[in-house]
Amino acid sequence: MQFGIFTVGDLTTDPTNGSTPSEHERIKNILTIAQKVEEVGLDVFALGEHHNPPFVPSSPTTMLGYIAAKTDRIILSTSTTLITTNDPVKIAEDYAMLQNIADGRVDLMMGRGNTGPVYPWFGKDIREGIPLAIENYALLHRLWREDYVDWQGKFRTPLQGFQSTPRPLDGVPPFVWHGSIRSPEIAEQAAYYGDGFFANNIFWPKEHYMRLIGYYRERFEHYGHGTASQAIVGLGGQAFMRKNSQDAVNEFRPYFDEAPVYGHGPSLEEFTEQTPLTVGSPQQVIDRYAGMRDHFGDYQRQLFLMDHAGLPLKTVLEQLDILGAEVVPALRKEFATNRPANVPDGPTHAALVAARAAAASASSAPATSASVSSASASSASPEVSALSANEVRS
Amino acid sequence: MTAFEGGNSGETRVTRRIAVISAGLSQPSSTRLLADRIAQATVRRLVELGVDATVDVVELRDTAQDVTNNMLTGFANHKLEAVIESVTSADGLIAVTPIFTTSYSGLFKSFIDVLDPQSLTDMPVLIAATGGSERHSLALDYAIRPLFSYLHASTVPTAVYAASSDWGTGADAATSSLPERIERAAGELAAQVRDSDRSSRVQDPFALPAGFSPIGAYGAQ
Repeated sequence: MQFGIFTVGDLTTDPTNGSTPSEHERIKNILTIAQKVEEVGLDVFALGEHHNPPFVPSSPTTMLGYIAAKTDRIILSTSTTLITTNDPVKIAEDYAMLQNIADGRVDLMMGRGNTGPVYPWFGKDIREGIPLAIENYALLHRLWREDYVDWQGKFRTPLQGFQSTPRPLDGVPPFVWHGSIRSPEIAEQAAYYGDGFFANNIFWPKEHYMRLIGYYRERFEHYGHGTASQAIVGLGGQAFMRKNSQDAVNEFRPYFDEAPVYGHGPSLEEFTEQTPLTVGSPQQVIDRYAGMRDHFGDYQRQLFLMDHAGLPLKTVLEQLDILGAEVVPALRKEFATNRPANVPDGPTHAALVAARAAAASASSAPATSASVSSASASSASPEVSALSANEVRS
Repeated sequence: MTAFEGGNSGETRVTRRIAVISAGLSQPSSTRLLADRIAQATVRRLVELGVDATVDVVELRDTAQDVTNNMLTGFANHKLEAVIESVTSADGLIAVTPIFTTSYSGLFKSFIDVLDPQSLTDMPVLIAATGGSERHSLALDYAIRPLFSYLHASTVPTAVYAASSDWGTGADAATSSLPERIERAAGELAAQVRDSDRSSRVQDPFALPAGFSPIGAYGAQ
């Protein structure tokens, strides 16, 4: 089980004092927050990608490359990488480069983006968001797995004999999550490839995501990547903590009331009841998130949104201290309790390399175990199923 | 279903469900009064057609905060979700709004705006409105009817407008009375509701579009 944070990188005025950081300050703050993630013992830092104010991270691999140099252990991820408006060729190159620089500590979460004008600014049409996500990822998937690619599609110019460089580290592409709020097409896509599915559930009631994740798990099994309980699931979360829960509520409320997305809508009390947002003591956060697997099944990655709505850097770093010192250690214990042995751990480069080696040796010898037969049973995409041979990874 | 008594042997008596949305703001409201009159007339006409009908009335005023929150957050809370489900899964809809500033009320439109745009496709709809003056009666046909046309609903030809004066006016040489208009519209709606199977449909929220491929038209390989 992996724990981390994800940021959208919004530049928002602090409603308690009216101050707004400069773009430069916000960018540097995000870099500081990422390093803090490693310092407090979390596993993942995921960075958003946006091309419109008030968001600053338009160039994620530049920022993640810096963080790679400043950290040794955490996985650098995205939340999300715009598979619709980016050229998949450039994604293949940028993230293979980052993966090499970071010695494999890289994965990605694909997302479509829901800001209408960004599509035409990048020469695309938001009404084709799903077809773009499907076709662009199909090309990206090949670029990381085939040395020379001949390709023709609808949304970009054809490729003849193209090789994306650098090649993925150790010949193993970065793990990919597909993020979705509501589209079954994206759950289907994630299931087809045996990739991870990240349900960004922080704004909506859990029942919707229980159904959507259930669908992904069922289709993951359908495509032969393992059982439904072995599908790779990530969830969002949101918390604000102080030792005394009323202090947390009092301090967070002005940020909540003015926050982008949900500000001026439901009350803090309504929103915390309906969504994973938990404002209170560390123990309240532990209790809330320990219960997530009762709703969604045992899962692989929990990311928290901690640094939005104009919260000052100092406060965010304090929150990460609490998260790392009190909440996540308790949650690690909770999630480890009674976790079935065949439920995979969160994906890492080392595990993917090991899984590929195991699959290779299995294919050169008679099948002798359940994991081998599960990996070789999927004729639809054998290479992918080998990468997600979950019994091997766990 | 219970066996139909008399008539053709083998015929069964069927049940249909009608949803009513009333966007009146005051309590009591003339919009709700009109909605109830239309609903009663429709149920009666259905009974004459051999169909039992149940009616779910939604006072949009009761969900005003929830509708606003849905617009701001993108999701319906549990209470509003149940309301939306009762409306979109009905066999027929009676939609009644006061006319404010030449058109439907903001609350009425906000509720329509938080519905899935596909969720009223082929829904039999009777549109009706209330207003202080007869001069706004065409708002039903220039504002409200196009709204439901856009949503691919099946709106019955007769729309019912009730000005304040209609509650105290009978028919004359030029116009029919309010009860006559209600009766005509209710008859039109009942005929469509009788043939609707919407309330018994099984909805698959994960139905993929026809021809969808997870690797796209050009393939991953």
